[in-house]
Amino acid sequence: MTIASVPVAETGQVSLTGRTRVFRRLRRNPLAIVSFTVLAIAVVVALLAPWIAPYSVDQTDFGNIFAPPGTPGHLLGTDDLGRDVLSRIMLGARASLVVGFLAVLTALVIGVPLGLAAGYFRSLDAVIGRLTDLLLAFPFLILAVGLAAIRGPSLGNAAVAIGIAQIPGVIRVIRSDTLRLKSLDFVAAAVVDGASDLWVLGRHILPNATSVILVQATVALPAAILGEAVLSFLGLGIQPPAPSLGTMLATAQQFAAQAPWAATLPGLAIMILALTFNVFGDALRDALDPKGDR
Amino acid sequence: MTTATRTTTAILEVADLSVSFETESGKVSAVDHVSLDLAAGEIVGVVGESGCGKSVTAMSLAGLLPRTARVSGSARLRGTELIGAPETELRRVRGKEIAYIFQEPMTSLNPVLTVGRQIGEVLQVHERLSRKQARARAVELLALVGIPSPATRVDNYPHQLSGGMRQRVMIAMAVACNPTVLVADEPTTALDVTVQAGILEVLRDLRDRLGTSILVITHDLGVIADIADRVVVMYAGRVVERAPVHELFARPHHHYTTGLLNASPTPGRHAGTERLQEIPGLVPVLTTQPDACTFADRCPAASDRCRGEAPPLGTLGPAHLVACWHPVQEADR
Amino acid sequence: MARYLLTRAWHSALTLVLASVVVFLGIRALPGDPALALAGEDRTPEALAAIRKEYGLDRPVTVQFGQYVERAVQGDFGHSIRTGLPVSDMLRTALPVTIELSVLAILIAAALGVGAGVVAAVRRGRPAEWAANALALIGLSVPHFWLGLLAILYLSVATGLFPASGFVPFFDDPVGNLHHLILPAVILGTGLAAIIMRQTRSAMLDSLSADYVRTAKAKGLSPRAVIGRHALRNSLIVVTTIVGLQLGGLISGAVVTEQIFGLPGFGKMTIDAVFQRDYPVIQAVVLLTATAYIVINFLVDLLYSLIDPRIRVAGDAA
Repeated sequence: MTIASVPVAETGQVSLTGRTRVFRRLRRNPLAIVSFTVLAIAVVVALLAPWIAPYSVDQTDFGNIFAPPGTPGHLLGTDDLGRDVLSRIMLGARASLVVGFLAVLTALVIGVPLGLAAGYFRSLDAVIGRLTDLLLAFPFLILAVGLAAIRGPSLGNAAVAIGIAQIPGVIRVIRSDTLRLKSLDFVAAAVVDGASDLWVLGRHILPNATSVILVQATVALPAAILGEAVLSFLGLGIQPPAPSLGTMLATAQQFAAQAPWAATLPGLAIMILALTFNVFGDALRDALDPKGDR
Repeated sequence: MTTATRTTTAILEVADLSVSFETESGKVSAVDHVSLDLAAGEIVGVVGESGCGKSVTAMSLAGLLPRTARVSGSARLRGTELIGAPETELRRVRGKEIAYIFQEPMTSLNPVLTVGRQIGEVLQVHERLSRKQARARAVELLALVGIPSPATRVDNYPHQLSGGMRQRVMIAMAVACNPTVLVADEPTTALDVTVQAGILEVLRDLRDRLGTSILVITHDLGVIADIADRVVVMYAGRVVERAPVHELFARPHHHYTTGLLNASPTPGRHAGTERLQEIPGLVPVLTTQPDACTFADRCPAASDRCRGEAPPLGTLGPAHLVACWHPVQEADR
Repeated sequence: MARYLLTRAWHSALTLVLASVVVFLGIRALPGDPALALAGEDRTPEALAAIRKEYGLDRPVTVQFGQYVERAVQGDFGHSIRTGLPVSDMLRTALPVTIELSVLAILIAAALGVGAGVVAAVRRGRPAEWAANALALIGLSVPHFWLGLLAILYLSVATGLFPASGFVPFFDDPVGNLHHLILPAVILGTGLAAIIMRQTRSAMLDSLSADYVRTAKAKGLSPRAVIGRHALRNSLIVVTTIVGLQLGGLISGAVVTEQIFGLPGFGKMTIDAVFQRDYPVIQAVVLLTATAYIVINFLVDLLYSLIDPRIRVAGDAA
């Protein structure tokens, strides 16, 4: 117990070797490598989509509607307006990632300080606990419905609704890790030495909670991506004609009989994005687990 | 009855038992050619530091080791080989022929089942009793191990009982089917000193009344002195000394045994007057069993021979065996 | 136990009050004059005055909140702008559909999730675990509304085995009712099944390595008894609480699923209301969801304390 806690406290050395150990474990895990590679490609493609997509998003080709995949010039076919499915998927993935990152960022920016406070200050624990209960009582879709009713549907609202819905999860995880860290000897020692609460939180607890925050983020991201797709599908998120994988599916639903690929491929893209995040998140969690592989 | 049968034939015979584990960092040897025996109605103590292989030896008897364990050698219960026996056969032996008592009575009992149910289960499986009959029998067993108002306690959950009572429940569960051999793995370690004596008394009483043979695994020489008829001392997976209990305490021959005695306050040769001495060094973790004495690095009498050749377990006096090239002599003590 | 339940009840009540304040403030936050929003098409001064009077909009905010709570408790959520019907009547026809769909989905998810979780834990390191883990990861990552679209496309339209949309009340035609609901329920249940599977697996791995499981093995119990009676019973206690917390996700999922399969439930009512700016309906839906979430989680806590003797029976010794 004491032996384990001392090195983390005194120097940055051990956490550094801890980091190299995490990287080594990740490199040894083929699933981690595959998922990371796919993710890296997806992110690069999505970021560069406006420049590398073969067509612009709203470039219609009425002479070529419902072209099946493999049609020359349209690798993944076209939709009801003759728009290129591949180009729209690339730009839709970009929107998914943007909303996903915004939502998770919102959740972390609000959730991490609350989680730290709840775990560290006993007096705040009950208050923050009730706040968590309150947030949990509003499922993200209902939040999105409420926000859309008040402010009208938009990409921003979708991100906010998803982000708020993810706050309780962040608070819970950070709170329990803070409780754990607070009980360790080096934190107790800092408190005895007269360090201020903010110093202890910022200097000792937050850096050691990084791995937990990282894992929580990789869990939250795919959920946020799926959330965006749902909201856009229902018309509560990104508004057409801006491309989104969710809205693409909503349109394709009406023409599913004529163009099943248009109703299939965007969903596959969402799944691949979410799946690779989830696989990588699992690998990261295993690599960070001090108990070794489970 | 007990004294009459004690020295006759062995109920349990363990010969050349070896156990190793496959781990991420390769093979680790836990038990190396261990031999011991247990006669009817006898209490044999196996003593050694944690990690010496005493618990692994005990668990291997009924095939309770994890899948990563590789077991070889022989363990015969009334002549029936247990090592390598099929799982269905072992399941019949467990709880019926060989029963176990574990160290942590808190975690070894299922928190969500009543103690009556947990005792009754053994009887339902092995004696084919109905649930109602098993419950009635559980009440009798609770009374047998000295639990007051057993008729109420039978419906309690483990968290409602004290540590000592939980361990008595474990014992009741173990003796439910009147097993031939009872293995008690550190039965008193997790308990308060005041409660320990009571638990040992129950074990002794069971031996006297039911004629159960008991294998007590412990790191505590006090427990050995209190309850055992014979002692097996283990170090780093090997048996280093075997002797009747009075003989061992009076004339220890292995340097490890004397070290243990000097480090232990209870049995009392040095008690009170001198400081307790610890044995320098640590128990080695072995990937392979070397052809050397594994205690050599910590032994005051070690010679080159000790480091180049493993000492066999040889006879030194009546029923006293020791594995040492330079056994402790009377003058050294 | 009484103390534990009292605390839980107090927390639930507090959350309920806070939730109703939030919804109430949400209505105040509507752009412009709430009377205008509530009036819908009929914006004559007389109509607006009537609405102000009905909702007490001309009175202090605290009084308004009191009135609002009083009405909500009586189940009076006003009239739908879109249909003119009382919102409570609309809920009365829509809710049974959603509740039936959700209960079916939970049953399917629990059966699949617990089963696969147990298999994955017991068959650790073998192909069965690998397969169960892979399925769970896919279940977590697949957009369920898309799965619904595919199911309609390839199972309903192509084979005609299941109706693509529509609903028959259970008491009119039980078989037809299940026939219409089974596909949506499976689709809705898959996400929850994945979550339950992962929780069950990790809880089972914990309890399988627990000392009491070793004891159970040492007693000579069959693997079935060791796994079912000893390991699983302890794991299920953990899993129960998880299911309660996943309820929010289930409600969200139900809204989408109903939309795709054209089920006349609560979700479809909600989405229609958003696009029609049917504020009384939205308000009722939000308040009702929050209430349902809080009440059901309180019931789960109650259930949890009933299954776990460590909470049910306060320790008197030890």
